[in-house]
Amino acid sequence: MLRFILGRLAVLIPTFLGVSIIAFTFIRILPGDPVMLMSGERVMSEERYLELTHQLGFDRPLWVQYLDFLGGVLTGDLGNSIVTRRPVLSEFFSLFPATLELSLCAILIAVLLGVPLGIVAAIRRGSWLDQSIMGFALVGYSMPIFWWGLLLIILFSGVLGWTPVSGRISLLYFFPPVTGFMLIDSLLSGQEGAFRSAVSHLVLPSIVLATIPLAVIARQTRSAMLEVLGEDYVRTARAKGLPPRCVIGLHALRNALIPVITTIGLQVGVLMAGAILTETIFSWPGIGKWMVDSVFRRDYAVVQGGLLLIAGIIMLVNLIVDVLYGLVNPRIRH
Amino acid sequence: MATTNVKDPNAATGLEGRPTVAATRRAMLAEFWYYFRQNRGAVMGLVVFLLIVLVAIFAPLIAPHDPAMQVRGSFLVPPVWEAGGSWEFILGTDAVGRDILSRILYGARFSLFIGLVVVALAVTVGVIVGLIAGYFRGAVDTIIMRLMDIILAFPSLLLALVLVAVLGPGLTNAMIAIALVLQPHFVRLTRAAVMAEKGRDYVTAAKVAGASDLRLMFKTILPNCTAPLIVQATLSFSNAILDAAALGFLGMGAQPPTPEWGTMLAEAREFILRAWWVVTFPGLAILITVLAINLMGDGLRDALDPKLKRS
Repeated sequence: MLRFILGRLAVLIPTFLGVSIIAFTFIRILPGDPVMLMSGERVMSEERYLELTHQLGFDRPLWVQYLDFLGGVLTGDLGNSIVTRRPVLSEFFSLFPATLELSLCAILIAVLLGVPLGIVAAIRRGSWLDQSIMGFALVGYSMPIFWWGLLLIILFSGVLGWTPVSGRISLLYFFPPVTGFMLIDSLLSGQEGAFRSAVSHLVLPSIVLATIPLAVIARQTRSAMLEVLGEDYVRTARAKGLPPRCVIGLHALRNALIPVITTIGLQVGVLMAGAILTETIFSWPGIGKWMVDSVFRRDYAVVQGGLLLIAGIIMLVNLIVDVLYGLVNPRIRH
Repeated sequence: MATTNVKDPNAATGLEGRPTVAATRRAMLAEFWYYFRQNRGAVMGLVVFLLIVLVAIFAPLIAPHDPAMQVRGSFLVPPVWEAGGSWEFILGTDAVGRDILSRILYGARFSLFIGLVVVALAVTVGVIVGLIAGYFRGAVDTIIMRLMDIILAFPSLLLALVLVAVLGPGLTNAMIAIALVLQPHFVRLTRAAVMAEKGRDYVTAAKVAGASDLRLMFKTILPNCTAPLIVQATLSFSNAILDAAALGFLGMGAQPPTPEWGTMLAEAREFILRAWWVVTFPGLAILITVLAINLMGDGLRDALDPKLKRS
């Protein structure tokens, strides 16, 4: 098992180096000089320009700059945001809980609905129930989620007035972040109505972000279930007279869920891409919105650091999924 | 395998009683259509898709207005069935008095064009790179696959967004960026298929007969790897439309006043609580188009997958 994990890590290291090279290169090929960008609207003298270039190390050979950048990455220094002047890493960690909370809620919705729907569709293969579930799944899979979010805002915020349009909590409440998760912090604050407010802010974005993973998980569960239901051991279980609930719950589901776990793991990338759109629509202060804003502000230090961190998280989660998969399915370890 | 032409047996079979290339192709096509037809959703998707293609081609003829024309005094006119709507603007107008129906009809051109260009780019590059990796293996293969892993490590939309920021916002750059993030899938598929086919006897036979590397790659092996590529191309077509619309929505794709559906949504955002129609219809157009293509993709997968045929 250790060899399996080490083998995976050995593949990850060059990939991560490649990711760092890409993130590093982006800032160099972007239109505009980073030093000039720092000066903003002000006019900069030739001397000051050269001084700043030297100070920031842009006059050194590229490979020296890259090694310096890589050294910074490995010691947790991703530079400072050009706009806010704060360290990129601390900005990232102050915003990441918002995205994590949203993503966790979304994946929870997707799994809790998607897996049972997929199972039901597989058991009732060919029925109208199967066809409607798969029909809905395909619609969800094809959904432009930025439009879906706007539609939900029109209905639930505009027409019904049930949910707020943006943010994580009503401005009426203020408490210092403890965990960074608004649901937990609002409970800890003890303020009346704070938790309700946090939940009502979270509902629509979670549904929007859950849409595509839900569809993918339902489809994947159905096909994995169908494959397993055709296996000999399921027939044996049926033949020896076990009740259907037992056959499906005990024999079929356990094996069908193995590929589903991988699918759930793979949704991390989907969630991050979805977070970019969802957070923009709902003004959710997470890293998706942070990246979009930084791209527009041309805050290249943030774009560079953010790309690296997001790719790093995705790679890490994929590694964990791989290892889990190896644990439940010994065949692929070899 | 049944062919439709049975009047002249010689037309379907060669001199030695073997089917000619044309006849084999016809038979394969007939078989494919037989299985594709079984999937009602796929046929429906195909019909809708063909309708959208027709709309895109004949947009200037069927659109009631010029998509860029701003009618003064007709700002945010609701659709015809709402109070205050008129037959002049069936789906209403946007904030600057442009006819939404006409803009959506013209928008079909952009979406299909985006899908076509992106898939063509991604398939061409992906297949060539994948063929090289799967055929030559060794160091070339390792380097190529690591590169693809790196691209796949980023969320596709984020990478496309940053790429467009680097290249400059606009439709062309958005298409290049999306093609770049979609092509690793083609590389992986082609490589896997080539590796599976390379050891087969017919490839060895062609090699012994003196076929060059290029001929082996493109003429001998590639035609036998096309089924998964066609399915992936269909999925990429719909992904390209979605991603381009998302980039347009974020302000990094097609720029206003282009009647691209995602860009239309971006322009409509501030009016969502006042005028639901400016948001609803462009998004519905995206959904219907993507859904039709995905339905077709499902049908194609079923029809081209020999494992499913037997069951």
